[in-house]
Order: sequence, then C-alpha cells, then structure tokens
Amino acid sequence: MNPPRIDALGDRALLIHCGDAIDATLNAQALAIARAIQSANLAGVHDIVPAYASVCVRYDPLAWAGTTDTQAPFARLAEHLNALVDNVASGIEDEADRIEIPVAYGGEAGPDLGDVATHAGLSPAAVIDLHASVEYRVAMLGFTPGFAYLLGLVPALHCPRRATPRTRVPAGSVAIGGAQTGVSPFDTPGGWHLIGRTDLKLFDPTRDPPALLEPGMRVRFVPVERSGARLREVETPATDPSTSALRACAQGERNLQADPETK
Amino acid sequence: MSIHVLAPGWQTSVQDGGRRGFAALGVGASGAMDDVSQRLANLLVGNAGDAAALEITLRGPRLRFDADCVVALTGAALAGLPMWRPVAVRAGTEVALGTMARGAYAYLAVAGGIGGELLLRSRSADIGGGLGRALAVGDEVPVMDDVRELHQKTLHHLLARRPDGNADNRDVFPANWSLNPKSWFDLDPHKPIDVIEGTHFTQLTDASRRRLFDAPFRIGGDSSRMGLRLRDAHLELAQSLEVISGGVVPGTMQLPPSGDPIVLMAEAPTCGGYPRIGHVVAADLPRLAQRRPGDSVRFAPVTVDTAQTRFLERERALVSLARTIKDRLQ
Repeated sequence: MNPPRIDALGDRALLIHCGDAIDATLNAQALAIARAIQSANLAGVHDIVPAYASVCVRYDPLAWAGTTDTQAPFARLAEHLNALVDNVASGIEDEADRIEIPVAYGGEAGPDLGDVATHAGLSPAAVIDLHASVEYRVAMLGFTPGFAYLLGLVPALHCPRRATPRTRVPAGSVAIGGAQTGVSPFDTPGGWHLIGRTDLKLFDPTRDPPALLEPGMRVRFVPVERSGARLREVETPATDPSTSALRACAQGERNLQADPETK
Repeated sequence: MSIHVLAPGWQTSVQDGGRRGFAALGVGASGAMDDVSQRLANLLVGNAGDAAALEITLRGPRLRFDADCVVALTGAALAGLPMWRPVAVRAGTEVALGTMARGAYAYLAVAGGIGGELLLRSRSADIGGGLGRALAVGDEVPVMDDVRELHQKTLHHLLARRPDGNADNRDVFPANWSLNPKSWFDLDPHKPIDVIEGTHFTQLTDASRRRLFDAPFRIGGDSSRMGLRLRDAHLELAQSLEVISGGVVPGTMQLPPSGDPIVLMAEAPTCGGYPRIGHVVAADLPRLAQRRPGDSVRFAPVTVDTAQTRFLERERALVSLARTIKDRLQ
C-alpha cells in the first residue's frame, strides 16, 4: 500500500487519497485514518468524511493561519495530518457494530427482482439467498443523507442499471446498481433495480444518531419471512404543521446529479 | 413574533451559517448561497453573522410582520425595502419585495434571528438533501423573541424618526445611514472567478485546460442551490478516467461526460464521482452565486496559498466591519 497523498480540495477542505479502487483494504485504511483524525480532535476541523479510498477533511482556514510566519493554512494542516497519518495502523476494525436489516424481497416491494434473476441466470429465490448470504460493510455515506455505499455484493448479482430511471423510488427500497447494493433513505429518483424493501428508517434528522448506518458498520439483509418480522406500509414522513416550514422533508428531484455511480 | 408568508416568491428559504459535523453521514453544509450578503444582513440588525435569515431567490416574497421589529435587506437589488441598512417595521406591516433585475440572491435578516427548531444543529433548509423546504404561503416563520429584547433601543431610535417620505410604505422606518456594499457585493460580469486546480485538472486536454481559463461560460437554466451548470464549455479529458466516489465540497468543479462542468454550491452533496477539475475559491463563491441562468462567467487560475490569503483578509475585514456596525447600532 502506498503512503496516502494529500491534495487541496479548494481552500477550505483537503483530500487524503489512499488509492484508486473500490477495495476493502483501501477502505479499511481510509476508515482508520478518519478515526485517527477524529480522535485527534483538531481545532477548526469540523467534518471528516471517509469514502471508498479517501478521507475528506473540511476545516476553517482561520484556525490554521499562523501568527508568526507566512505558511498557508493548507500547508500547515497537511503537514500536521501527514505526521498523524504515518502513525495510523491500518486494519479492518472487527469491533464495528453489526446490524440486521429485515427485507421483504420481491413482489410490490421489489418489482425488479425478476429482472435481476434473469440477468444473473438464477431463480428469484437464489438471488434472495445470495443477497442475504453475505455480510456487507458500510464503506461510506453520501448521495443523500444516510445513503450507505456497501462493500460485498457477490459478483453474480452485479447488474447494469435500468435503461430508464424511475422518477420515484420509495424510501427503504433495497436495490442493486452495477456492482453496488444499497438502501434508499428517502423517496428519490433512481436507476437501480429494486429487489426489496425494509421498513427500518435509514435516516431521521430528529434521531441521535440520525443515520442508521455509519461508515465501517457490518450489515446483513434478512428476508422478513425468516426473521419473523412483518413489513409495514411505506410511511410518508409526518409533518407537524407548526414547524413544517423548517422541518418538512421535501425531497424534490435533484436536477444536478453529482455522482453517476450512485443512482 | 412571526413573519407571515403571504406569497413565497420564486424560492425563499431559511438559511444560517450552515450545518457542520454531519458530512460523514451524507449531510451537506447547506447555508446561504451568498454567505457574505447573509452575514451583512445579520450584522446590520445586531445579530451574530451566522444567525438564520431569509434567503430570497430572483423574485421576492410578500410578508407580514406581526410585531414591531428591525430588519435589513442585502444582496441583489429588490424594490420594497431600503437596502443595506437597518429598517424598523411596524407590527402588521406588509412588505412586498420585487423582482431582481440583476443578481440572484438577497437576504432579509430580522433582529433576534429566525427561530424555530434546529435540525442537526442548523436551521438551514437543504432543499435538495431533503432537510427542510422552501417557504410556502401560510407559513409563519418564528423570530427569536428572547434575543429581540436586546434590539429594543435600535427599534425605538428608528421609530422616533419620521417615515421615509420616498418609501411606498409609511410603516417602514429606515436608518439614515447605510453600508456601502461596494467591497462586499459585486455583480461585475467581467471580473473573473478564481479557481484552484483540482486533482484531475492535468488530465484535461491541452486545449481544454486553456479553454477553462480563456473562454466565457454561460450559466445553465438547470442551476440550483446544489450547483451551477456551465454551458458551452465542451471540456474534454485526454483519456477517459475512472473516478471513484470521494469527498466534494461547495466550490468543487466536476466534469461529467457531457463536457459541461458543474460547480457545486451551498447544497453540494458530500461525495461525488466525476473528475474534479477545479475548485472555486471560498472568497468568490458569493460572486458566482449571484450569477443567474444566462449570465456569463470567466475563471482565473489561483494557487491555494493565494486563495487562503484572500479568504483570511476577507474574514478579518468582516470582523472589523462587524465592530464598526455594532458601534453604529449603539
């Protein structure tokens, strides 16, 4: 593994770059670096965002402006982080939280299960077995609040995205897009294949922590028939009229999609 | 007290200094598009710069204030209230803000600050991210009464003056001084926007690298608080590039396969998977935010060091200006 490289990401953030692949080892390194920076509790560093193979650090340049020399805040912080990153012992964190997500596969909850099965040359039941057979790891969150990018989808289930994206994918949908699988926290447009749905709430800004899944967590999908759980009707977020101005969830279509890999 | 929304305008939302600390969970910063105008509006009514205020887009709202209060309007010029100064408004007054002829965002701050519940430690609506929404007819936007007490002196001072003879509204009492916005608000389309080279800038073709800093681009009609699309750019990579998803921030200029870059703005997602060809510097984001669909924009290359020097100068000047305004409000 090469030593990480630090690039400026504009003038208020930087990116610690571990590599260029979607790979469990690189991701473990990124997560370990993110944890180390978090524990260092650096002044002016307000967000640490691990991704597949990088860590974004958002900071306030005022906190890293020297008073006696002319070194720029980026250079000063990068120097500090380089020393910190050198001492990070990389490794999969086995103490990470585990979570089970009950899923109703197929039917109205997973209208594309048949398409995925056809593409894979398997029966729908075999797709469910494969999808629920492995433990996934949360590599990163992004795209929408609470959306987890999971590592671990078996290659047999990789499936190109739908030719025509849906204008509305209900919250809780469990889907496959390319080599990835994930769960939608909100009603969003999307081009992934919907194979099932969970009634767990992936993201709730009034809950602490707000996101059900966090970077590094281990995830298993459990078919509801087996878990004994029953799936409720899809809930629409409740809005309290008195505070709805500030609180209502109005997930509109995002005109400018930033990430072609996601949905 | 509350501000009653009688008509919301094109898009009006509550914005404060933004949401920090939740980017690892996919929650972006949001906050004001033109954070300088937003902070100045707050300072002019005696608030902390990052207090929640109303962000107004292109066409202003119609509002009714249900108690005596002090407000300030900054940013792109709008009819309806004298701008860049404290203005006392009588209880029951209706204010109809007009349509912007130039620029895209204006800010209305009210002494005390917009209140209401914090969502992940911020009141900023992140419309694309699904946290909060734009204001709608019938909304009653709460103002923080407990803090408002501090501003009673300014209020009584302004109310003691005669209403502005030129104002349409006789229940509006502007201060007899204003902030000169010249150093803080700049719509000059010829002045370039500074850009720091991104990780993938060197992967552009020679012609595209030159073009990024030579050609004028046009702001696309599908622009939003999430990002501005740059039209007529046709930028190309020397060879196709697989970029895996990683952190992006407001200001990041991404290049999708269409060749028309997207500059991420206040509601930037936390991660992106397009090549990152540049980053608009923090000090120029307010100027870029004020460009509207159809406007043109040019970019100039700058180093991180220079960008941060400019940023620190701006922040220190704002601190000093805050002190001056505070003295004036005493």
